[in-house]
Amino acid sequence: MTATQSKYETVIGLEVHVELHTRTKIFCGCSTSFGAPPNTHTCPVCLGHPGVLPVLNRQAVEYAMKAAMALNCEIATDAKFDRKNYFYPDSPKAYQISQYDQPIGQNGWIDIEVNGETKRIGITRVHLEEDAGKLTHVDGGMASLVDFNRVGTPLIEIVSEPDIRSPEEARLYLEKLRAIMLYCEVSDVKMEEGSLRCDANISLRPYGQEKFGTRTELKNMNSFRSVQRGLEYEQWRQADILDSGGEVVQETRRYDDESGKTFPMRGKEESHDYRYFPDPDLVRLHIDDEWKARVRASIPELPDSRKARYVKDYGLPSYDAEVITASKQLADFFEDSLNYTKDAKAVANWIMGDLLGYLNANNLEFSQVKVTGRGLGEMIGLIEKGTISGKIAKTVFREMLETGKSPQSIVEEKGLVQINDEGAIKAVVEKVVANNPQSVADFKAGKEKAIGFLVGQVMKETKGKANPGLVNKLIVDAINSL
Amino acid sequence: MSLFDLKLQDIHNRLTNKELSVSDLVDASLARIQAVDDKVGAFLRVDEEGARAAARRLDDKLASGEERGLLFGLPAGIKDNIVTEGLITTCASKLLANYVPIYDATVMKKLKAAESVTIGKLNMDEFAMGGSNENSAFQLTRNPWNTEHVPGGSSGGSAAAVAAGEVYFALGSDTGGSIRQPAAYCGVVGLKPTYGLVSRYGLVAFASSLDQIGPLTKNVEDAAYVLQSIAGYDRFDSTSANVDIPDYVSALTGDVKGLKIGVPKEYMGEGIDPAVKEAVLNALKTFESLGATWEEISMPHTEYAIAAYYIIASSEASSNLARFDGIRYGVRSPNAGNLLEVFEKSRSEGFGPEVKRRIMLGTYALSSGYYDAYYLKAQKVRTLVKQDFDRAFEQYDVIIGPTAPTPAFRIGSKIHDPLTMYLNDICTIPVNLAGVPAISVPCGQADGLPIGLQIIGKAFDESTVLRVAHAFEQSTEYHKLRPSL
Repeated sequence: MTATQSKYETVIGLEVHVELHTRTKIFCGCSTSFGAPPNTHTCPVCLGHPGVLPVLNRQAVEYAMKAAMALNCEIATDAKFDRKNYFYPDSPKAYQISQYDQPIGQNGWIDIEVNGETKRIGITRVHLEEDAGKLTHVDGGMASLVDFNRVGTPLIEIVSEPDIRSPEEARLYLEKLRAIMLYCEVSDVKMEEGSLRCDANISLRPYGQEKFGTRTELKNMNSFRSVQRGLEYEQWRQADILDSGGEVVQETRRYDDESGKTFPMRGKEESHDYRYFPDPDLVRLHIDDEWKARVRASIPELPDSRKARYVKDYGLPSYDAEVITASKQLADFFEDSLNYTKDAKAVANWIMGDLLGYLNANNLEFSQVKVTGRGLGEMIGLIEKGTISGKIAKTVFREMLETGKSPQSIVEEKGLVQINDEGAIKAVVEKVVANNPQSVADFKAGKEKAIGFLVGQVMKETKGKANPGLVNKLIVDAINSL
Repeated sequence: MSLFDLKLQDIHNRLTNKELSVSDLVDASLARIQAVDDKVGAFLRVDEEGARAAARRLDDKLASGEERGLLFGLPAGIKDNIVTEGLITTCASKLLANYVPIYDATVMKKLKAAESVTIGKLNMDEFAMGGSNENSAFQLTRNPWNTEHVPGGSSGGSAAAVAAGEVYFALGSDTGGSIRQPAAYCGVVGLKPTYGLVSRYGLVAFASSLDQIGPLTKNVEDAAYVLQSIAGYDRFDSTSANVDIPDYVSALTGDVKGLKIGVPKEYMGEGIDPAVKEAVLNALKTFESLGATWEEISMPHTEYAIAAYYIIASSEASSNLARFDGIRYGVRSPNAGNLLEVFEKSRSEGFGPEVKRRIMLGTYALSSGYYDAYYLKAQKVRTLVKQDFDRAFEQYDVIIGPTAPTPAFRIGSKIHDPLTMYLNDICTIPVNLAGVPAISVPCGQADGLPIGLQIIGKAFDESTVLRVAHAFEQSTEYHKLRPSL
């Protein structure tokens, strides 16, 4: 950004809520599935009817433990649940059952890679709580509708230390966090569907100053990119205020995705006193070593460990390893491919180029395409054997993505086998050389590029099937023998 | 003599011999309500239709000769803070005047399994806050022994209905004495079980860590039958205890030889009416004559129990009652113009003064900066009170004292003095803080008003409490006295 910003060090801390995808809610037996008609996944308990009592879902506790362990937290032996009291129509009991001073996990960390260096971001705590309902404002703000389907969905809140020093680091932290949750299979972490939500605290201080500056809290970011953009805007806004001798106001600000700006939240800032106290309807949660060990054993190899292994064992560049291990499915796919080819770098290139490119272009998830690791491995084998050219392989791979067919069958069905027959290619080359005297002249005059045009013509004539290396050699031979 | 003066076994024998039908029992209950409830005011709602339908079903079953539930055919009154599916449950609050529950409390399911007949819902102090029923938003309940006097509370309707012979038994709830004190005032038996013995699922919470549901009956044996029917682990209540339920009725041996009784001097000191003290001392003589021994003991933290109780109970209540916001059910203020006003006006107009007082007290005690000084301190006091009991029970089988310092007071005499009202709970509150069981049985009268004897036992030792109470009852005549209405 601008030069003025270099005077200040940015300090960011993130509060991330992740919905745990248990089958039922945290304190009752209602379904947690997304997208049901409003208020159909409800019962007296989650509607907060008089006389009801919560019963803790053991699966939610195990998912929270698993997530906290994967985030390198110390796991509590004695945890408890507390009531956070506040009035709002989306909160049927007018309190949220949460964890105040004895959360499930504390003192963890996430490593991110910033400009080729590993940076550790501390995690203060991971606690388990229940989600609120969803309000929809209608009639131009004259009325609000409330849907209690989401009430009681288990959430973990992951609070970072103020260790993040730039909006980009914030995004990297979120990406790593998301990857870890996906590896643990405790959540689908979709920010667009609200199964991952992020609030950000940001302040600026002159370099060298220990005391934190006044912070603002940003809300309403609905993608990792908007978290970064919102923080960038806020970083600029605060620097501007400080430069002009002003004071940053401690407040909650709403990020507006369209303008990329932040605005103070409407309505007066109230300082809440949530009057936390232990929920007398629930008993204390004792987590013994045996339970911890059992949950720990269910955690798969995590992205950092896989990444290190890919760099060490397969010689992948750190960047490639990072991209591939960001998703467990992708990393599993990568490893599966390597059962069918030894060329790890080629597999990585196909994944990062054609596969991710295709997904991005078509706005698809990896799980939505049909290609298998075996398919990719075998396709690379076909290239190595010279059965198909790299160029043909692109067509084959696209067909594999769309149909899930094996590369062999695609090559056979479409007659895409590479032409390695010198005699057959030579005939086409001679024709092309004869028909393009200008290019031949250019090449002879030293314009190396001209050969590209001639190769292109040959490939066109052979529908791309001619072995490109052979074509190149035969054209040069043909011109030289003129 | 009323049908309801018959012993449970006699009623069941007559049903078997076709000398009596369940419809007869229900008719007797409805007729008695018709005759006396104008004076007593125990019922907020009589479910005549439901009761008659249930009676017909049970009579059909009777004809078929199938096995019957423990409380088969017995007309029951239910305190109006226990939710009954399809039957309006108000907690005697304007805020819930229109609330029709969409589920049954676990105790209601258990009563249905035991095949009693629910006659209707009984008056109480609003949200169980009070000791006189004067805090009901709807009506006064009067003491059947003297209608100028209160029935006690908060389960005043339950005690009065049993005393007036309107139902065979009633359920109440006890947070700081709310079953035992009205039982004492109305001359009936009231049992507060050990915390966790009876499921709280479906009991509209006042103070979750103290509330327990229990029976109000005319004699100890009936209390044992009702307890047998409602006790037991419930997976819908995380605080419910997974313990074996003994046979309470067979525990009623009448034998208390060698029983060691502790009598806390703190329960017999200042503020205890001389007539009450005398009745308790007479009761102790009765126990001596039955072969038991008693000694004065000290429960040194008793004097702090009331303060601790009002902080803990009010703190929990301030949070428990927050859900009554006028949004999803209950009465929404018609005067609210926006969201904040829906909350503020529905609650301001819906809650009575005592409920508001306790919500404010609890909100204050939990506030940031005050939490340690009040709530946390109160919890420490609670532990000390519990330790008083633990120590006493190392040497004594039961602890005995008065249930309430005085007999029932006159309507209107204390309502404007909440602090005096609170002090009235001195003998019952420590029991809730400790979570142990206690029963009140009639042990005398003064000026025509009953006096209650409180017998406190070890946690989950209801069998001993009932056995001791039963032995006393069998040696005395107080439980046979009936008010004239």
